[in-house]
Amino acid sequence: MDDRLAARSRPASRFQAVPGCFGLLRWRAALYVHLIGARVRAQLQYRLSFALDLAGTCFITFVDFLAIVVLFAHLPRLAGWSLPEVAFFYAMATFSFGLTDLIVGHLDEFPRSIRTGAFDLFLVRPVGSLFLVVSSDLALRRIGKMIQATVILLYALGRLHITWTPVRVAMLITMIPTGVAIYSGVWIIAMTVTFWAVEAREVSNSFTYGGSFLASYPINIFGGWTRRLLAFVIPMAFVSYFPGLVVLGRPDPLGAPVFLQYATPVVAVALLLLAMQMWSIGVRHYRSTGS
Amino acid sequence: MRRSGHAVIKVDELRKTFTRTRATGRLRRERVAVEAVDGVSFTVQAGEMVGYIGPNGAGKSTTIKMLTGILVPSSGLVRVAGLEPAKQRTDLARHIGVVFGQRRQLWWDLPLRDSFDLLRYMYRVPPERFRHNLDRLIDLLDLGPCLDVAVRQLSLGQLMRGEVAAALLHDPEVVFLDEPTIGLDVVSKGRLLEFLQSINKESGVTVLLTTHDIADVERLCERMLIIDHGRVIYDGGVEEVREAFGGERMLIVDLETAAPPLAIEGTRVERVEGARQWLRFRRSEVSAARVVAEVAAQAPVVDLSIEEPEIEEIVRRIYLEGLPGNHATDNSRVL
Repeated sequence: MDDRLAARSRPASRFQAVPGCFGLLRWRAALYVHLIGARVRAQLQYRLSFALDLAGTCFITFVDFLAIVVLFAHLPRLAGWSLPEVAFFYAMATFSFGLTDLIVGHLDEFPRSIRTGAFDLFLVRPVGSLFLVVSSDLALRRIGKMIQATVILLYALGRLHITWTPVRVAMLITMIPTGVAIYSGVWIIAMTVTFWAVEAREVSNSFTYGGSFLASYPINIFGGWTRRLLAFVIPMAFVSYFPGLVVLGRPDPLGAPVFLQYATPVVAVALLLLAMQMWSIGVRHYRSTGS
Repeated sequence: MRRSGHAVIKVDELRKTFTRTRATGRLRRERVAVEAVDGVSFTVQAGEMVGYIGPNGAGKSTTIKMLTGILVPSSGLVRVAGLEPAKQRTDLARHIGVVFGQRRQLWWDLPLRDSFDLLRYMYRVPPERFRHNLDRLIDLLDLGPCLDVAVRQLSLGQLMRGEVAAALLHDPEVVFLDEPTIGLDVVSKGRLLEFLQSINKESGVTVLLTTHDIADVERLCERMLIIDHGRVIYDGGVEEVREAFGGERMLIVDLETAAPPLAIEGTRVERVEGARQWLRFRRSEVSAARVVAEVAAQAPVVDLSIEEPEIEEIVRRIYLEGLPGNHATDNSRVL
């Protein structure tokens, strides 16, 4: 008990006072900006390699885009959806995925820090390890995907003639952050597997990249089994499909309950909380390395 | 000067068991439990500087990782600065500084100055405090010329000094250093050790240091913990290890004239060279005073000196042979 008292009697002025909950959030945001700013400055130090990277992703993105155009040229309708509708689902899912990739994509490198034990250092900081891992990088070159998605979205919206109601506008705007939250949640959960099985990277990737592929299309084009998986297990249907139905004003061709179309924010928050919980369980199982 | 005299680290019956799988046949595997840390207990008072040593795989790093909250103990009690590391990891981080000789906490691509600045944000060090600490660290560690150099371009010596500075910016009460001198040349090492001593003496920072180099401990610490096979086998003064584990002392005596080897109980003559003789004896068997008196009684003495065994030598022997009467064995068991 004696040492506990001693710990409390330390001079308080050694740290800035911790303000309330909102202040804490502000501090986190500021810290994120600082850490990411440092990473971006570091990336820009290697100007040539950054330029090459960006050019590379832009090229790949362009090829992706061509593939879609070719696909659409041969398929005027896909499982009852018109071309601009499919483009809309695709664009919304791809934009969210691109943004997620930008923010948490470097989690792919995370298994390596587990294997080498470099993760140790994330655990001796006064901020949560998940926050530190997420703010350890920002791969600017991944912006290419978001540019592509924006172009497709503009095309889709131009052709769809949507009657904009406040609900639809709100839905469209929230689809991006909720989509990012769902993808990030899946990504984080997939990565926590590496706390137990270091070499599980391929499994993780099949959930993240595979999931993004599946989320890009209206789910009724898939068979029943895949569909149920998407709706309720890896909740990719909530990224683009369910909220997209509201924006497009289309009834669900599968006749799923209407509340599902508005459930995306709940799913997103729940999934993120679950991911954070899984992460902290994973951290408790972290074994570090020998030395 | 900080208040000293309270327990800042308290460890009681601490254990960490790892399970490993081991191939026993072409396809068969068995799970084996390895006690990396097997019931370690010790207390460190505020302001102490303790050397934590042991051979590779003895459990040093595992202990440090449990003290800093990186690993969750399998059982036992750990308190650092009154906190439970595994549960209050992020709170504890403000009270401790950590340096791993084999890991880099500085931002590799950024100038050293930027790393310090990021740490200031992360630890929320008040600006005046930060400036004060930084000025002092730059001065003591001679970091001035490195501040605007990207970390990846620093020499190993500069890098380690930078790492140590990074661990001290937020005024930790306790600093854990795991092999901080690894790979450093004599000059860089000397400088770093000198610095550690000064922050311990002047600011009262508690220091727990693991190292493979006993000379570091001998130079810096008054107290030494030796761990082997997951257990503390010695906890006490650095000098006292000689007494605890004997080791043979050597009396070198110059007689007036050459003489036949002296016959004194409890000693044996190692060498005779003209009038000079080397006598080995064990502290536990006969006292130095007694040996000197006996020698003087047998022949006129011109000069004499006593050599203590090297601590490094004693520790090496402990690593190799274990303690007398303590049969440490492979501490793994099949599950």
